Amino acid sequence: MAGRQQQVRQEERPPQTQPRKKKRVRRFYNYSLLFTVIFVTVFGLIMIYSASSYTAQLMYGDAGYFMKKQALIAAGGLVVMVIISKINYHFFAKFAALAYVMSYVFMIAVSLFGRVVNGKRRWLGVGPLSFQPTEFVKVALIVTLAVVITRMGGHINRFKNMVMVGVMALPLAVLVAANNLSSGIIICGIVFVMLFVATKKKLIFGACVGAAGVVYCFAGQIGHALEAIGLLQSYQLERINVWLNPEAFSQEGGFQVLQGLYAIGSGGLLGKGLGESVQKMGFLPEAQNDMIFSIICEELGLFGAVSVIFIFLFMIYQFMIVANSAPDLFGALLVVGVMAHIAIQVILNIAVVTNSIPNTGITLPFISYGGTSVLFLMVEMGIVLSVSNQIKLEK
Amino acid sequence: MNENRTRHRGRITFLFLALAVAAAALSGRLAYLMVFRSQYYSEKAEDLHQRERTIKAARGEIIDRNGTVIASNRTVCTVSVIHNQIQDPEQVTAVLSEKLGLPEEQVRARVEKRSSREIVKTNVDKAVGDSIRDMGLAGVKVDEDYKRYYPYDSLASKVLGFTGGDNQGIIGLEVKYEEYLKGTGGKILTMTDAAGIEIENAAEDRIEPIPGNDLYVSLDVNIQKYAEQAAYQVMEKKKAKQVSILVMNPKNGEILAMASVPEFHLNDPFSLPEGTPAPQDEKEQQELLNRMWRNPCVSDTYEPGSTFKIITAAAGLEEGVVDLEDHFNCPGFRIVEDRKIRCHKTGGHGSETFLQGMMNSCNPVLIDVGQRLGVDNYYKYFEQFGLMGKTGIDLPGEASTIMHKKENMGAVELATVSFGQSFQVTPVQLAATVSSIINGGIRVTPHLGVKAVSADGTVIREFEYPRGERILSEETSARMRYILEQVVAGGSGKNAAVAGYRIGGKTATSEKLPRSLKKYISSFIGFAPADDPQVLALITIDEPEGVYYGGTIAAPVIADVFKNILPYLGIPEAEEESASAFRIYG
Repeated sequence: MAGRQQQVRQEERPPQTQPRKKKRVRRFYNYSLLFTVIFVTVFGLIMIYSASSYTAQLMYGDAGYFMKKQALIAAGGLVVMVIISKINYHFFAKFAALAYVMSYVFMIAVSLFGRVVNGKRRWLGVGPLSFQPTEFVKVALIVTLAVVITRMGGHINRFKNMVMVGVMALPLAVLVAANNLSSGIIICGIVFVMLFVATKKKLIFGACVGAAGVVYCFAGQIGHALEAIGLLQSYQLERINVWLNPEAFSQEGGFQVLQGLYAIGSGGLLGKGLGESVQKMGFLPEAQNDMIFSIICEELGLFGAVSVIFIFLFMIYQFMIVANSAPDLFGALLVVGVMAHIAIQVILNIAVVTNSIPNTGITLPFISYGGTSVLFLMVEMGIVLSVSNQIKLEK
Repeated sequence: MNENRTRHRGRITFLFLALAVAAAALSGRLAYLMVFRSQYYSEKAEDLHQRERTIKAARGEIIDRNGTVIASNRTVCTVSVIHNQIQDPEQVTAVLSEKLGLPEEQVRARVEKRSSREIVKTNVDKAVGDSIRDMGLAGVKVDEDYKRYYPYDSLASKVLGFTGGDNQGIIGLEVKYEEYLKGTGGKILTMTDAAGIEIENAAEDRIEPIPGNDLYVSLDVNIQKYAEQAAYQVMEKKKAKQVSILVMNPKNGEILAMASVPEFHLNDPFSLPEGTPAPQDEKEQQELLNRMWRNPCVSDTYEPGSTFKIITAAAGLEEGVVDLEDHFNCPGFRIVEDRKIRCHKTGGHGSETFLQGMMNSCNPVLIDVGQRLGVDNYYKYFEQFGLMGKTGIDLPGEASTIMHKKENMGAVELATVSFGQSFQVTPVQLAATVSSIINGGIRVTPHLGVKAVSADGTVIREFEYPRGERILSEETSARMRYILEQVVAGGSGKNAAVAGYRIGGKTATSEKLPRSLKKYISSFIGFAPADDPQVLALITIDEPEGVYYGGTIAAPVIADVFKNILPYLGIPEAEEESASAFRIYG
C-alpha cells in the first residue's frame, strides 16, 4: 500500500494530494477480474500439462516440461501485473510514442534477424531469452491508439480523423500480418473496436460487419474468384477448401482440422475425464498450443468447454464494468482495447478449433502454451486493473 | 474532451452484448459437435486409435460319410521378435537359433533389425512354440495360428485340395466350399498413440473369430483307400501313367471314392514328386505342380471307347430301332461311305443278336444301331441324357464334353461315335450318364458335398442337387441293366465277375490320339447289384504297357474293388441268379 501511494503521489501530485486531504478517497480494485485471471491461468497450466505431458515425456523425458516453463512465466507475469495495476495508467501515456516506434523497430528486426522456430521467423531474442514481438505490438498499439484518440477528442468523429487513426495503425498491421497473419487480423480487430467505441459513426461499422458477414457466407465462391484473378495464393485457397470440407481435403491440411474435430466430438457431454484424452497422444499436433481447446472439449466435455467460454465471458463482463466506470475516456479506451484483444482471440480460437472459420494460428488467451503471450496478457491485465484502481468509490 | 461519455458506455455495453452473442453462437456450435455429431466423430477417432490384430478363424473340417475327419487344423506358432523390447539380444539369439533350428546369423539379423516386429519363423510346432513362450524372454512373441492338416496326407488329394498361406482353398473341395469352410476372422482391437504404440491400461476390444463350417462329404475313407490301393497296384503292374477309379452311388450321384493315382501329399503340396527332374524356371515349376494337382476324373477328357456303347444301346432301345433279339452280321468291318471301319475281332463275330453284339462289344452292330437312329435322333438322346455339357459336379475345373457339332456329323462320324470314338468326355460325365441309364432312367448330378454344419452343431445347409429329370424309360433302363449284366456274366467283361454278386458292366479300350503312337486307355465301368444298382465304379488306366485290353486289365480291378466294398457297404449276395447266368454264358 505504501508503494502505491508513493507512486500515485509521484504521478499526479497536484490533483491527487489535495482532495485526499479533504476526505479519504476509497478506490476500487477489481478483485473479480484478478481472481478470474488467476483462475484461468492456473486452469490453463493444468490443461497444458494434460495436453502436453505425453509428447513432453517422449521429447524431453519430462512430462511437465511445457507446464513448468509456462508456470514460471505466468508467475512472473502475475507479479508484473500486480505492479502495473498499482501504477496510475496515465503514466503509460508518456510511453505511447516510444512504444509505437519500438513496435516498428521490433517488427523490422524480427523480419531481418528473427529466430526461426518451426519454420517461422517470429522470435526475437538475446541468448536464452526470446519473445514474439507481435505480442508487444498489440499492447503498444492499444496504448498508442488510446492516447491518439483521446487527444483528438470530439474530432475523432470526422471521417478524416478516423482514416488518420486507421492509417497510423495500418503499416504496423501490415508488418505484423506479413509476419503472422493471425496477429495482423487481431490488430485490425482491436483498431476496429476501439474506433467503434470512440466515434459516433454507425453506418461505416455496420457496413464493415455486413461485408465481413457476406465474405463469411460466400467464402468458397469468393476464394475461387480471387484465386482465378491471382489475388489469392493457391495455398490460401486450400485453407478455405479445407475449412469448407475437411474430409475431402484431408491431404491438404484437413487432417489437422479433422483431428481437432475428432477430439471435440469424442468428448461428448461430459468428456473422457481430465488427462484421458487420446488425441493428445501425437494425433493432434501441438495439442498444448492453438488446439488446446479441443483437448479441453475431449477431456471435460461440452460442460467443461462451455464453462471455459463462460469464464471468458465473465472476464469480458468485468472489462465492461471497468470501462464503463473508468474515470476518463483514455482509461475506458485502454480497457476496450484489451477487451477487444482478448475477446477476438477467444472467439477466433474457438471458431478455428470448431472449424467455424478457416484455420489460422490463434492461441487461446491464458490457456494456450506460450510465454510471450501470457506475459503480455498479464501486462494488459495490469493496465485494466490499474484503470479499475483509479475508479473512485463514492463514500 | 477526455470524458468517458454515456455514448461510450452505450457502445461498450453493445460491444459486450455482441461478444456474448458470439460466445453463445460458439457454444451452440460446440453443442452441435459434441452432442449431435459426437457419435460420428467418436467412431472416426476410435478407428484411428485402434490397432487391429486379426485372429484367424479355424477353418471348418472336412468329414467323410462315416464321420472320419479327413481335413483338419493343427495349431502352429509364429515366433517373432520386437526389437525395442528385447533386453538380452545374445540370449534371445542363442535360444531361438537352438529351438527353431535356424543358423545363428539369420536369427541375429532378425533380432538386431530395428523394426516394430520381425517374424523369425512361421509354422513352428506348437510344442516348440510353447517351450519358447515358457521361457518368458523379453521381446519374443509367440502367436498361435492355425494350419490346415490332412491326417491321411495323400488320400483323395486331388478331390480335397489344399489351402494356401492365408488358409484359403486353392484346389478341389477346399476352394469349391471356401465360403462355408473359411469362417470369419476375429480381431483384437488395441488403443494406440499416433506412433502405433499400444496404450497401456486401455480397454482391449476383442471380436471373437467364428470358425468355419464343417463340410460333410459323401466320400468314404475306406472305399477311397481301397480304390487308391487298387489303382496304385494296377498302375505299377502295368507301368501306366495314371489310373483313376471313380466309385459312386448311381441312384443319387454321391461319390464314394475318386482316386486318381499318383496322388500327391496334401501336407506338402508344393513339392514335386521324387524323381522329377528339377524344373528350369518358375513357369515350368508351376506347370508341373498344376499337372500334379489336376484331377483327371473331372478335368481331363478322353475317348470313352466301348463303354460308350451303353449310351448308343440305350438310345437305340429307347427309340425302338433295335431289340435284344434283332439279328446282325459282323464280317469284321463295316464300310461307311469310303471308310472301312474295323471290328476289334479281325475275323468278325459272324451272325449275332443285339444282346450278343453288346456282350462281344462288336463295333459293326453298334454302327448299325447308330445308323438306324440317324444323326438327329442320336443327337437328341445325347442332349436328353445330359451328356453334352458338364455334369455340375461340385469340384472346380470340370471339363465339358467335346462332341462333333450336329451339322458336322456325317455318316463316318455317326459310325465312330456310336462305338465311342472321335469325341471326348470326362470320366465323371461318363459315370454320371451310365448311372442315370441304369438307375431307372433318372439323371443324377455327381457330387461330394452333403452338408455344411456350423461349429456349434446347428446344421447350416444341406446341399441339394438337381435330380429327377427322367432321361430314359424305366423299361429301357431295366433292359440296359440286363444287357450289361450279361456282358459281365458271359461277355467281354467276364473278368469283372464277383462270386456271389450280380455285376453289370462294360469294358473299353480306347486308342489315344494320335493313333500312330499306339497308346491306349483301358477302362471298365461296372455296377452292382445288376438288378438294383447301388454302387457304380469306373476305372481308367492311362497308357498301360503290355496287354492293354480293358476286359483283361481294367475289369479285374473293379472286380477286386467290388469284392471288398460290396460286403462293406452291406449289399447282400444274390448267389443263385448270378451263378445260373454264369453257367449259361460261361
